[in-house]
Amino acid sequence: MADSLLRVEGVVKEYGERVRTRALGGVDLVVDKGEFAALVGPSGSGKSTLLNIIGLLDRPTSGRVVMGGTDTTGLDDQGLTTLRAHALGFVFQFHHLLPAFTAIENVMLPAWGDEGFPSRAMRAQAEELLRAVGLADRMAFRTTDMSGGEQQRVAIARALSRRPPLVLADEPTGNLDTESANEVFELMRRFNREGGTTFLVVTHDPRIADRCGRVIEIVDGRIRSDDRKRRK
Amino acid sequence: MPFAWFVAFRYLRDAKGQTALILAAVSVGVGVVVFLSALIGGLQTSLVDKTLGSQAHVTLHRPREAPRPLVEPVGDRAIARVMQPAPQRLRSIDSWPTTMAEIERVGGVTAVSPMVVGAGFARRSEAKEAVLVRGVDPERLLAIIDVRKKIAAGRFDVVGSDVAMGSRLAQLLNVGVGDKVRLTTTEGAEDVVTVSGIFTLGNEAVDRTWVVTSLRHAQSLYALPGGATTIEVKVANVFDAERVARDIHERTGLDADSWMKLNAELLAGLAAQSNSKALIQFFVVVAVALGIASVLVVSVVQKSREIGILRAFGTASRRVLAVFLIQGGVLGLAGSLIGSGFGVLLAKIFERVLRGPDGAPQFPMALGLPLFVSATVMATAVGLLAAVIPARRASRIDPAMAIRNG
Repeated sequence: MADSLLRVEGVVKEYGERVRTRALGGVDLVVDKGEFAALVGPSGSGKSTLLNIIGLLDRPTSGRVVMGGTDTTGLDDQGLTTLRAHALGFVFQFHHLLPAFTAIENVMLPAWGDEGFPSRAMRAQAEELLRAVGLADRMAFRTTDMSGGEQQRVAIARALSRRPPLVLADEPTGNLDTESANEVFELMRRFNREGGTTFLVVTHDPRIADRCGRVIEIVDGRIRSDDRKRRK
Repeated sequence: MPFAWFVAFRYLRDAKGQTALILAAVSVGVGVVVFLSALIGGLQTSLVDKTLGSQAHVTLHRPREAPRPLVEPVGDRAIARVMQPAPQRLRSIDSWPTTMAEIERVGGVTAVSPMVVGAGFARRSEAKEAVLVRGVDPERLLAIIDVRKKIAAGRFDVVGSDVAMGSRLAQLLNVGVGDKVRLTTTEGAEDVVTVSGIFTLGNEAVDRTWVVTSLRHAQSLYALPGGATTIEVKVANVFDAERVARDIHERTGLDADSWMKLNAELLAGLAAQSNSKALIQFFVVVAVALGIASVLVVSVVQKSREIGILRAFGTASRRVLAVFLIQGGVLGLAGSLIGSGFGVLLAKIFERVLRGPDGAPQFPMALGLPLFVSATVMATAVGLLAAVIPARRASRIDPAMAIRNG
């Protein structure tokens, strides 16, 4: 498909030297541009392993990951790092913001760390994103002085700061109360609808999964079901 | 600000307690090094200065006379001989003005002074003291030993039969400026001289025996018309004296004794001091390096998840490396600046509190710019080196693992 943003082909991941544990047993997956997909499955099913491989933080034992037309199999660590910087954004379960920095610095850090120097455009972009997530008055706050929901919104702004085509979210609402979880989810949906950013969200929460455009269920390292029809 | 500097400074600022502690440790280390260097450097300079206050850097004599056989063995005739050391007369260096001109051309030589040096007695009524008569060209002598600055009474003015003598000698003879003294030389000559100046060079033997007169006067006292028994030499770098002495000996054949040879024990003492200083510095540097390294190792462990996140978002590993190298370098640099100040303070207090009976500092401190520059460069380099291992560890953090496990 011409619009495919991510192609995972026959990915196998095994751990261990003597006793081989198979975490992923041949996963094929295509994610198109503009999708909002949930990745569900019981714990230990291989969700996180798959997310790490798609996130270019880990390499498959066999099979390949094609990201936006680039086959990542042949890339060295520096190549993967550069691709991560431009093609991917991450939202983690525990926001994982850097506590020594303010909200706006946290949002600027990915671009800053990639380009080396800060720029006016970088700051303007970060301010715009923080306004978009409703934190216009919190920009100079240390993230440790913010509520859980606010922190996760900063994390979303950070994930979107390089305008990546694909954002990977690992249990982004797992640590939040219902109301905050709802806010965060809606925020991601809005960026998906308005900005066209593709989201792949790992979740345990069936209420969240139900509201996604596509639900991929993974069990024992294989995709059991891939339901594209469910629409909210 | 570049990314690595920004993050490094923020981490240092954020971990205030840790940063303050390690800065204090580095400062104490550098302070000790600065203080110790100032103390030992000052002590050595003052010891050498004191030694050279009454001594030329190189002293030249005619070679000692060798015994000359009256009969040489010839062919197959055996001769029973008795060899005795030749009696050493006071003799002039042959054509010393030419020799002196040649010595002036030797590299490193800054001043040359001819003199007649002989023994004798000084008498004033009942008092009688053994003395060393030194006949000098005043201007040339002053270029080597600045007697004028050490004058205790009168003036340094040695013309005709006016002489200057050591203060201890003056005391023993009970003479003052303007008094007359009778000089008897080993050559049997006798003269009455007037004391025009009394000096204190700080060396007991010198202040007790020296009588300085004009070269011409001494020449007549020792029956060496136009002669000079000794040539004294000053060199640019005092620790170069031994080399200059060898050069002069090779060129002129004169016996050349450098102050270093005559004060070998002092020099051995100085070398031992320098060695112990180097040893202490080495261990201080090791302690500082271990301190910085251990703080950074802890910091890398504490921050491994954050580093993993930065790596996930596309920060190159070399930038992560730089973040920790910069922290090491900055800790070393800042610590050395504070430590230099601390060392200076310590040195000043030491200098002020411990004073000799004459009010001069007992421990003059050698605090120079080169000391601070070298301390700063050294501490910064040590900081950077100490940071290498933690920084490499940080740059190799596996992001997936670090994010999962912290």
